[in-house]
Amino acid sequence: MMTALSFFNYWVVVILMMIGFYCVIARGNMVKKIMGLNLFQTSVFILFISAGKIVGGSTPILREGVEVYSNPLPHVLILTAIVVGIATTAVGLALAVRINEAYGSIEDDYIAEEEDGDGQ
Amino acid sequence: MTITELMPFSVLVPLIASLVCALLPGRFWPWAVTLAAAIASAIIAALTLPAAAQTTLSYAFGNWPPPIGIEYRVDAANAFVALLVAGMAAITLPWAKKSVDKEVPERQGTFYALFLLALAGLLGITLSGDAFNIFVFLEISSLATYGLIAYGSDRRALLASFRYLIMGTVGATFLLIGIGFLYVMTGTLNLHDLSERLPEVRDTSTVRAALAFIIVGMGLKLAMLPLHLWLPNAYTYAPSFVTVFLAGTATKVALYVMLRFVFTVFAPDWSFVVLPLSTVLMILGVAGMFAGSWVAMFQPNIKRMLAYSSVAQVGYMVLGVSLVSVVGLTAAFLHLFNHALMKAALFMAVGTVIYQVGSARIEQFRGLGRTMPWTLTAFALAGLSIIGVPLTAGFISKWYLIQAALDQGQWVLVALILITSLMAIIYIWRVIEAAWFKQREPDQQAVGEAPLTLLIPTWVLVALNFYFGIDTRLTVGGATAAAEALLSGGLLP
Repeated sequence: MMTALSFFNYWVVVILMMIGFYCVIARGNMVKKIMGLNLFQTSVFILFISAGKIVGGSTPILREGVEVYSNPLPHVLILTAIVVGIATTAVGLALAVRINEAYGSIEDDYIAEEEDGDGQ
Repeated sequence: MTITELMPFSVLVPLIASLVCALLPGRFWPWAVTLAAAIASAIIAALTLPAAAQTTLSYAFGNWPPPIGIEYRVDAANAFVALLVAGMAAITLPWAKKSVDKEVPERQGTFYALFLLALAGLLGITLSGDAFNIFVFLEISSLATYGLIAYGSDRRALLASFRYLIMGTVGATFLLIGIGFLYVMTGTLNLHDLSERLPEVRDTSTVRAALAFIIVGMGLKLAMLPLHLWLPNAYTYAPSFVTVFLAGTATKVALYVMLRFVFTVFAPDWSFVVLPLSTVLMILGVAGMFAGSWVAMFQPNIKRMLAYSSVAQVGYMVLGVSLVSVVGLTAAFLHLFNHALMKAALFMAVGTVIYQVGSARIEQFRGLGRTMPWTLTAFALAGLSIIGVPLTAGFISKWYLIQAALDQGQWVLVALILITSLMAIIYIWRVIEAAWFKQREPDQQAVGEAPLTLLIPTWVLVALNFYFGIDTRLTVGGATAAAEALLSGGLLP
């Protein structure tokens, strides 16, 4: 039955994606920006995983009596994408630490003032 | 070993060498290993190009036949871009030694390891024939690039790197969403297989959304006008060598990915019809040409001036694409190649000045024409190429671009191209005026000519600018073959 609710996963994807994107754009704190980025990426992971699910399908393990099983490939892809996401978060947080050492803050507003002082 | 089996090594050699590099101490060996790996890569890429121009090479990783396994699929278009990327790395690395010693005195093993990762990532993007593999390599090269930019000595390098990380990750995630939509609709990730299965399902909003996501995502990576905000700061505050390499390669590879999707995966007779791509790209390209050149004219920092000039040059390439013809695409590929040559030469000349003087501000260029004649002459000659003076490489690409515009009777575009070239004269002239027609202030330190290890690679690139302005067999031949390879997938609208 195709109702609005049967696309529940996809609604979650869209909502999470927009929350994450909003955080990235609107938040001045760099750690919050990275959190937003994480939400944004996670929503895409859910999109991939949801697409791999087949209604009534079992886990993709070869065994007796199982004809219909979910597509395992999206899971494998997303495993890789999660690793990429962790690496991105790690680099982002490392940069935030260095910025905090250099400027004494990770707030965009504060840094923008400092930056004006640095000249061209 | 056939050329097909050799071809994947141009990615594997830098990838493995980066591991070795990360473990090496000191200043000499990391650089030497990097140089050796880059030269090996460039030689393999140079051997691949003639073979790929004749037949499409296909290598199945792990012997899993495509479309199930990951395939490296190389035709004239990717072989051309791969040769550019690996060749630029091999030519600029001899220059890097002294500049990097001065700007990155410590932990050079890690620095060169990151550089090799970025190189392997960029080459992987160009050679891979698998959509998800392209995403992974894109992130490998991007993450390495964020690290490289953060090596800059100015603390603003950290901010530039962080902002690039945010925008770059959003761009790459957009590409991932686009790839996800394509996978959902077709059940395959192999680019060639996608191009065969897409026609059946392409009149759905999912596939249209995929096209839009991929174009916006790659537009971010390629610094197409409204999405270029990360580029000026990243280029200005990165170490000189990183700027030289990025300016020559990173945006070009992003443009290639965009073209590969728009032309090969979605045939141009569909992608340029379902979205008003031609109009959008034309407007963004022209706006980029103008805004980039305009802002460049007023920059007090020469590195930042050249960065804005890069935004303008990306505009020329995008404009070439928007004309959707063999000549237009040829012009885009030609400019992709020639712009790498001229912008790398310019950034190397500026990097040499930074090595001697310590700053790239325009006041610091005063009187340098007399004390550093070789460096500044190299800058002026490479500047001629970016303006598009005949006998330089820049002239050839603009000539083809103007021809492509004339073929479609677009006289306005021809005028716009000429006007932006005049703007290039102005921003290059500012440097020449400061260097030759102004005296050095008494309180400014007097400097002599730069060491030969910096001058020779710069002059090699300047010479290449003139060589490819006169003998265009390699560039025009390669670019035409690349354009034809991309357009072979579908008919023109």
